[in-house]
Amino acid sequence: MSSVTEKKEDVIILFAGDSGDGMQLSGSLFTSTSALHGNDISTFPNFPAEIRAPQGTVAGVSGFKLRFASMDIFTPGDEVEVLVAMNAAALKANLDQLKVGGTIIANTDGFDKKNLRLAKYDEEANPLLDSSLDKYRVIEMDVTKMTRQALVDSGLGTKEIDRCKNMYVLGFLYWMYNRSLDSTQTFIQEKFAKKPEIRDANIKVLKAGYYFGDTNETFTTRYDVKSANLPAGRYRSIMGNQATALGLIVAAKKAGLDLFYGSYPITPASDILHELARHKNYGVKTFQAEDEIAAICASIGASYGGSLGVTASSGPGIALKGEAIGLAVMLEIPLLVINVQRGGPSTGLPTKTEQSDLMQAIHGRNGEAPVVVLAPHSPSDCFDTAIEAARISLEHMVPVMYLSDGFIANGSEPWRFPKAEEIEAIKPRFADAEKDLDDGVYYPYRRDEDLVRAWAVPGMKDLQHRVGGLEKDFETGNVSYDPENHECMVKVRRAKVEKIADHIPLQSIEQGEERGDLLILGWGSTYGAIRTAVRDLIAEGHQVSHAHVRYLSPFPKNLAEVMSNFRQVLIPEINDGQLVNLINAEFDQRAIPMNKIKGLPFTAREIGERAKEMLVK
Amino acid sequence: MSTTVDTQQLTAKDLATDQDVRWCPGCGDYSILKQMQSTLAEAGINKEDTVFVSGIGCSSRFPYYMDTYGIHSIHGRATAIASGLKATRPELSVWVITGDGDALSIGGNHLIHSLRRNFDVNILLFNNEIYGLTKGQYSPTSPKGQVTKSTPMGSLDHPFNPLALAMGADATFIARSMDRDPKHMRAVLQAADGHKGTSLIEVYQNCNVFNDGAFEIFTDKGTKAQHTLFLEEGQPLIFGAENEFGIRLNGMKPEVVNVADVSAEDLWIHDSKNMGKAMLLTRMFDDPRKENGLPRPFGIFYQEDRYRYEEVLQEQIDHAVEVKGEGDLDKLIQGTSVWEVV
Repeated sequence: MSSVTEKKEDVIILFAGDSGDGMQLSGSLFTSTSALHGNDISTFPNFPAEIRAPQGTVAGVSGFKLRFASMDIFTPGDEVEVLVAMNAAALKANLDQLKVGGTIIANTDGFDKKNLRLAKYDEEANPLLDSSLDKYRVIEMDVTKMTRQALVDSGLGTKEIDRCKNMYVLGFLYWMYNRSLDSTQTFIQEKFAKKPEIRDANIKVLKAGYYFGDTNETFTTRYDVKSANLPAGRYRSIMGNQATALGLIVAAKKAGLDLFYGSYPITPASDILHELARHKNYGVKTFQAEDEIAAICASIGASYGGSLGVTASSGPGIALKGEAIGLAVMLEIPLLVINVQRGGPSTGLPTKTEQSDLMQAIHGRNGEAPVVVLAPHSPSDCFDTAIEAARISLEHMVPVMYLSDGFIANGSEPWRFPKAEEIEAIKPRFADAEKDLDDGVYYPYRRDEDLVRAWAVPGMKDLQHRVGGLEKDFETGNVSYDPENHECMVKVRRAKVEKIADHIPLQSIEQGEERGDLLILGWGSTYGAIRTAVRDLIAEGHQVSHAHVRYLSPFPKNLAEVMSNFRQVLIPEINDGQLVNLINAEFDQRAIPMNKIKGLPFTAREIGERAKEMLVK
Repeated sequence: MSTTVDTQQLTAKDLATDQDVRWCPGCGDYSILKQMQSTLAEAGINKEDTVFVSGIGCSSRFPYYMDTYGIHSIHGRATAIASGLKATRPELSVWVITGDGDALSIGGNHLIHSLRRNFDVNILLFNNEIYGLTKGQYSPTSPKGQVTKSTPMGSLDHPFNPLALAMGADATFIARSMDRDPKHMRAVLQAADGHKGTSLIEVYQNCNVFNDGAFEIFTDKGTKAQHTLFLEEGQPLIFGAENEFGIRLNGMKPEVVNVADVSAEDLWIHDSKNMGKAMLLTRMFDDPRKENGLPRPFGIFYQEDRYRYEEVLQEQIDHAVEVKGEGDLDKLIQGTSVWEVV
């Protein structure tokens, strides 16, 4: 049969089904295949908080959004072009994201009376049968039936057979987008190496889906998305949490230290623990503690002993760690605290993204307890930012808070990875009895020109000393209740953090001119949406620029100057206005907030539209 | 790190710091500090390889008075900090100093988990059955009915039995001593130091300001012999001024007998490796005011040789290196699936 192949630049597919339907796997396999094909990619998994929410309901829908393109992309995109709906609930939950004229691949078996009722459709109203989907192209297939037919002789039980359904859809999509089955077949072969029946069944169904496209006359259009024009180099696909983990390992090696990672399981931070635990041959010690407090305290113990101590959690866990972070501030030892933010307050929206812990990071402790705060802006940027966070912590003897979020943590993109040798060494300031003993006495809180004390760790002869959470004497480091001394120490600890501004890069403009009508200033995971919006705005002739703040405490020294070159400053955040308040308070600015608090990232279009409103004023 | 060994013998004084000891005059903590300094001096430790970690409470000031490395941390968390330290620096000698409030109330969770993990760490639990630093509220070990500032009509809480709790958490070394018996305390500290794994030593410690005399019945010359039972390995459980009483097991029930009335084989012979018997020993926890109650045991209740967390943690790393080879950063960064854009 003949099919027409149409070229496309940019496609967004949303795989949606029950949380047990294997949509996350289908999505990630399509991602790997597209990456190997040379596309630029960006992904966004979106799953329910419940591990197995009631089947067939809207609450139980799990989605994986994948964008792949032959051009540079920075977000998983706004409007979906292809929606895979394994059941009625998946359609209902995601139809508003599908663009007019988009394609729905519907598993008809998931639209029976029971599924329609569970999805709360009127039983009379099957969207596949009435005219409600006329604006879209609907491809119906009974995936369940066809999967069962393909495996009729497999000897597998119905339950096992039905688990292969996602492969059928995947195979069909590979046909539709002219993709090779190779990398997915390799994956299946490795994953089920010990279960040959399951391995063969998955491959058979994958191929059946592909051939269905090939032989069924209904589908006459195929699409081709050429490889993207990415800068030359070697690439891999990377997820945010994975990049954070790799960054930590590299940072420890670059500092010549062991890595200790104390953590308690929490969504969406646990994948960092999982990734690190796989790399024990790099000398990584992971410790799953009994609770969040033990996790950070064990990391403090490790830091005290001379390792790179790291702990990670999400907002609620960070709240529990607050007192211990204060201890690390007092001890003036290195400690890296990772917060993979999620919707709050309290338990909030565990599986949804938010940037609402910035104020917590900066202020969320008793007393005057300044720490350094950094935020990565994309999945691959987690690698660089984790190394940078470790560097500051180790070289300045200060706790550093690293603010990732669910969007970055679970998202993926192609990464032109560096060579290890290109990464700069980290130089902790270790104490040395030869230099640091004063008349035979060691003063653990003596500081250098950056106000940094030396790191004396157990085992160093003649440098025995005691540290603790009580206020220290500026000179001797002994416990002191002296009023003048306390004020002095509070100011010194603050000044030490502020001095770090001398050691970080100046704020740059990411895109656009250095002066203009509007600066869109972002931090963290809003990067991609802002970048896309600004690119389009510039193309339309607007004088708009984009700057993205990685260093949130202390700010880069020139930040006020950068902002002063623009008539207006817009700060989009996935919260109710946090960076905007810090900026306006610290720099006497009148930056305009733009907020979205729906557990979802901004779309480029939302930012673009808001910017245009400000530009016509 | 440092492996140099001082040839000169340390004395207790060498382990003191220049800081004034700030406990109330007459506090039981002084004695514990002194016994610790003597024990470690005698053991010939390297000061730089020894770390004292404490939480919050009167006892937790302890590290300031030991010329070793030390952290005076936050309330209840000393065991957690010690875990991370020991996991990364197994060669260090790590001591945790804690109290009944610090270890059993706010830090209860960390205590039980560190006991089951069995890091080679020694935990000294100073039990004075009161909150001293906050000036006299009842603690998790205060007896029911205790009148304190926060319980003017008497405490309602059923108290913890710390050693029974430790048994429940599968601790591998469980002992009890008292501030008023320096010789006994030194022997227990020495044994704890020698034990490979977590040692939990409960020390009855008198708070002469807020709970004076809480353990008087066990420490006072007139009553001590009658109410205490000093455990000695392989020896029968006997007590009394003339060692005239003994403990016999009637099935699972310990009972007091006159030594003269029974034959030597009838008495309970102490075996610190016997978990079942150790559990019964920890349950010898009668209210001492009760008539015909059992005496309170002191000494080493239980010891067991079980793998140390820090060792198996390192073994996993060594094994991973053996199987996968020493980690290569470039391999790590590039992962398994790379493509080239030209």
